[in-house]
Amino acid sequence: MTKHFFGDTAVLLGRSLRHITRSPDTIITTAIVPIALMLMFVYVFGNAIKSGPGRYVDYLLPGILLIAIASGISYTAFRLFLDMRDGIFERLQSMPIARSSVLWAHVLTSLVANLISLVVVVLVALLIGFRTGAGVLAWLAVAGILILFTLTLTWIAVIPGLTAKSPDGASGFSYPLIFLPFISSAFVPTRSMPGPVRAFADNQPVTSIVNTVRDLLTKQPVGTDIWIALAWCLGILVVAYAFAMATYHRKIA
Amino acid sequence: MTAPMTSEPAIRVQGLEKSYKKLHVLRGVDFDVARGSIFALLGSNGAGKTTAVKILSTLLKADAGTATVDGYDVATQPGDVRESMSLTGQFAAVDEILTGRENLVLVARLRHRKGAGQIADDLLARFQLTDAASRKVSTYSGGMRRRLDIAMSLIGSPPVIFLDEPTAGLDPEGRIEVWRAVRELAGHGTTVLLTTQYLEEAEQLADRIAILHQGRIIANGTLAELKELFPPAHVEYVEKQPTLEEIFLAITGNNGTDSAVSAVGSDS
Repeated sequence: MTKHFFGDTAVLLGRSLRHITRSPDTIITTAIVPIALMLMFVYVFGNAIKSGPGRYVDYLLPGILLIAIASGISYTAFRLFLDMRDGIFERLQSMPIARSSVLWAHVLTSLVANLISLVVVVLVALLIGFRTGAGVLAWLAVAGILILFTLTLTWIAVIPGLTAKSPDGASGFSYPLIFLPFISSAFVPTRSMPGPVRAFADNQPVTSIVNTVRDLLTKQPVGTDIWIALAWCLGILVVAYAFAMATYHRKIA
Repeated sequence: MTAPMTSEPAIRVQGLEKSYKKLHVLRGVDFDVARGSIFALLGSNGAGKTTAVKILSTLLKADAGTATVDGYDVATQPGDVRESMSLTGQFAAVDEILTGRENLVLVARLRHRKGAGQIADDLLARFQLTDAASRKVSTYSGGMRRRLDIAMSLIGSPPVIFLDEPTAGLDPEGRIEVWRAVRELAGHGTTVLLTTQYLEEAEQLADRIAILHQGRIIANGTLAELKELFPPAHVEYVEKQPTLEEIFLAITGNNGTDSAVSAVGSDS
């Protein structure tokens, strides 16, 4: 059965991508909240925030990208939920296919959809003055970290996608994830925060990821943040994957 | 043991049990389904029909008992079982965003068939969906969805088809469309196990009927055999009024029953 894994995954990925091209609104709504936040912070709060030297949009963009991913993966949970609710999941599981390809097709679709919305957000950032001198390698590193972050959140999204009882339940879990960047170095430096808040902000995953992406884009040395960021992403990815797979095996008996 | 392979039943269920926590859904279910026949599992809501079908289609594991589909054990040879059967679940499991044709091509590719496009076109013609082939399924009527759903189950010509409440939620026309499709299936030699809570449906379609009640089969036989279980009918003279269904079908001009269309409302 596993001999068909790649072929089956490709066929099912084609199906999900067709869903996205037929309802591009999911990509637009994914991108619109982070873009609105970016415009608001740059033009309303930007001048009041002491983020250090350089343009505020350059400082802000990495956190905005993470918010875009956090809001994008709620659609992954939503699409998976619809397949569960509409019996498509059961139909596929009763067919002679590589069973895990059903899940992998959704995960890969999440990657593609999020990459598209990230490109949209970066283009808008360029329009409002974001500039970077980062070279190809730095960009590749940024892409790699964002892909890893997307994969991590996607496997978290699989869990509510498989277990939710309603569409709201499937997508609602992402709100705390969208909120997390606000208590990090994404919008303001953590040193401006009061003690306990700063302690939380300094030691939560988003800060290390934001700092790494920001350093790469502003051609600063990345320091130890990149290792902390990778450790967070990989650690959470492994745990989320294990829970998602356990949930999946419970669902398919 | 003397029977040759070909006469062994298409589906054999023995002592099947399944519980959800403390709820005993199946309490020892036994039945055989002969090859090429239509077998109806009749029961009210919650009788365990869907649970039985899910076990037979490898979506659930039984707590006890055995079941074979086309000679393969559902617990130990699930891969072979999935090659041998198709499930049409309780709600039409069709992709609403894709077109009818794309749904069929998708299943043909997943069943690793060559010429997926041709398979799709043939089935669209067979189920009178050619005109709607390139429309999104979200625009289909309930009957069309169910027909597409059944057509998807036929790809790869599995010898056994499970239909879980194939006409639930359909209007009378849709129901007749589905009945026609099911009869056609059996005409091609496919073994059909359908579940239903409509007595008339079992009566119309099935070669054998088993009544599932509180997790057990309490009756199993042909319609004639089941009728013999009851005291002979006493004769009574009753004026035959058309049923509302007959009136509805006559007015809307659909060819479901023998009743004369012209009998109701001539428009001149």
